[in-house]
Amino acid sequence: MAVLGIDIGSRTIATVVLNGRGEMQSAAVADSGPRPLEQARGMTGDRHIFRRIVATGYGRHGARAGFATGLVTEIKAHALGARHLFPACRTVLDIGGQDSKVIRLDEAGRVADFIMNDRCAAGTGKFLEIMARGLGLSLNEIVAAAEAADGDITLNSMCTVFAESEVVSLLADDRPVGAVARAVLNSICDRTLNLLHRLGTEPAVVFTGGVAAVPGLSAYFARRMNLPDLLVPERPQLVGALGAALYGLKQPGA
Amino acid sequence: MTDYRRMWSDLNMDLEKHDQLMNALPLVYEDVFLRQAGRPRAMDYFDSVVAEIHSERIAELQAHKNQGGKICGAFCVFVPVEIARAAGAIAVGLCGGSQFWVPDGEKVLPRNLCPLIKASVGARLSGTCPYFQSCDLLIGETTCDGKKKAWEVLNEYAPVYVMDLPQMKRPRDLAAWREETGLFLDKMEELTGQRVTAEKLAVEIRRQNRLRRALERLYRARQADPVPVSGKDALLVTQVGFYDDPDRFIERTEALAAEAEERIAAGEGVFGAGAPRILVTGTPMAIPNWKLHHIIESAGAAVVGEETCTGTRFFAHQVDEGGVTLEEQLQALAERYLKINCSCFTPNPGRIEDILRLVGETRADGVVYYNLQFCHGYAVEYHAVEKALKERGIPVMKVETDYGEEDTGQLSTRVEAFIEMLR
Ligand code: SF4
Ligand code: SF4
Repeated sequence: MAVLGIDIGSRTIATVVLNGRGEMQSAAVADSGPRPLEQARGMTGDRHIFRRIVATGYGRHGARAGFATGLVTEIKAHALGARHLFPACRTVLDIGGQDSKVIRLDEAGRVADFIMNDRCAAGTGKFLEIMARGLGLSLNEIVAAAEAADGDITLNSMCTVFAESEVVSLLADDRPVGAVARAVLNSICDRTLNLLHRLGTEPAVVFTGGVAAVPGLSAYFARRMNLPDLLVPERPQLVGALGAALYGLKQPGA
Repeated sequence: MTDYRRMWSDLNMDLEKHDQLMNALPLVYEDVFLRQAGRPRAMDYFDSVVAEIHSERIAELQAHKNQGGKICGAFCVFVPVEIARAAGAIAVGLCGGSQFWVPDGEKVLPRNLCPLIKASVGARLSGTCPYFQSCDLLIGETTCDGKKKAWEVLNEYAPVYVMDLPQMKRPRDLAAWREETGLFLDKMEELTGQRVTAEKLAVEIRRQNRLRRALERLYRARQADPVPVSGKDALLVTQVGFYDDPDRFIERTEALAAEAEERIAAGEGVFGAGAPRILVTGTPMAIPNWKLHHIIESAGAAVVGEETCTGTRFFAHQVDEGGVTLEEQLQALAERYLKINCSCFTPNPGRIEDILRLVGETRADGVVYYNLQFCHGYAVEYHAVEKALKERGIPVMKVETDYGEEDTGQLSTRVEAFIEMLR
């Protein structure tokens, strides 16, 4: 029987269905919307067909109380998912809607250590979204705009609110949009590098989470962070849900 | 039945604001404590103490005052309560542990200050803590910079006496602390108008030693697997130990420890055998701060010990009872208290030795380092603690937080992931 993994994040909800042999049968991603739990419940469809439903992400406890049969943290889920897709993986960099984390795996793929950003949106998907809005760009355009520009403006503010007004005043100062976009991406890179350095990076590094799916972003990050071999799954938003499903598959019993 | 509202208003309390505080407490308590499965029966007493936290015990304090007795409040485990009691005063612990008091504290203190200090000052300013209102004298100490300077602010609202605690542990520091202990005795005699005799002090030394032994006995019971009493309950007991009547507290804690020992003999526990075991170390958790323990135990791990001031630092080490003269007793008191390994000392290798020993004694699988936000001493000392633990392959995680609830989601993710790592 199939197993459903569901990752209930602040921005998006992802589901992955694995059959008993661990092959992916289906997957979906949707906006979390104003009522993430209802949205999540809706996405599970006919729940009887699943042997297990494992929830992860910040909504995991709510899902466990409602419809899920088990839960696992995002940390372990991303570790399992990334390792499944890239067996050489020893470090996971996950940047999601409201947090970013680095996870170090041991040789066997177990979580050896992890670190999460502090209680602040800087360097996360939310930050990127707010800055893109301030720049008048969509997430699909922001990297291309940054690539086309040059110059080395730096954002001084760590805090999202201050960074946003910094972006506004840079634009008011007639700085080119692309150059400011560059500054935004670099600021996320620097935050991320700081996390990576604090934990120590062991190759191969796998980049997961919604931010990794922004067109061109992973290539930009790889260059800026000097990680030429950065591995990015085809659908990085699904890695957490995949890990949750894998976790469900591994549990003993019916 | 005593008219408690009358009592509170006699204590110049802000009744309306106090109602808000008291309305919130039962819900939190129910959620954190009463829903736990398989609690020891002897916890009933401690539940009732909390239910009556601002009424029954306060009425006792008032009765003492009506007979001319004095009350003094302390904020730190370095204050030798034996001396206050020998002078006929009742000593209560005052560390503020609730977010409720923080905004009032922030009216006079910088925001980027440890929440314990902000809440303590806020509790006094807002007139919502009957313990503060009952105190004739507050006893401060020169531990961290935040507290040291906060006494000056607090002194505008209530009389504060400050004990000068050394920052190092050389022989001359012990001599200075011994002298300070004597000055405290003088101050207490002045406050109560009673003489501290060697006989009275001997009684109080024995009493507080008994209290420490009772807590130690409970602490030892937690070394069993399955653990017979939850970390939350054990923490609560220690917190209550700061302000309850000592004799009653000793009796009830002994009863709880005895029940825990019966459970061990029967192989019963509150968590299944083999549940991950966590030692908590770091800054104090003043009542009603149960945040970290609740997160850890909700994630299925047991907290099996606290190397904190609301844990082992409160009850470890006995005062030598051999002293016959006041001189000898004061020396013994000074020596015992200076054995406490707080991060306000430099260097502080004893704390690392304590943590390593406790990891062994409690058979902990991992250590959670609890750091109240903006407590620099403990935050800096993490470096050395982490190094010592990692060298021995003991997993450790640092949690830096305040009394607010905004970060509980993220904290539980981190704590759950840490526990997954230990399984
Ligand atoms: S942490 Fe240090 S200063 Fe604070 S109560 Fe404990 S011993 Fe006193
Ligand atoms: S927790 Fe730290 S900062 Fe707060 S009162 Fe105690 S020693 Fe001072």
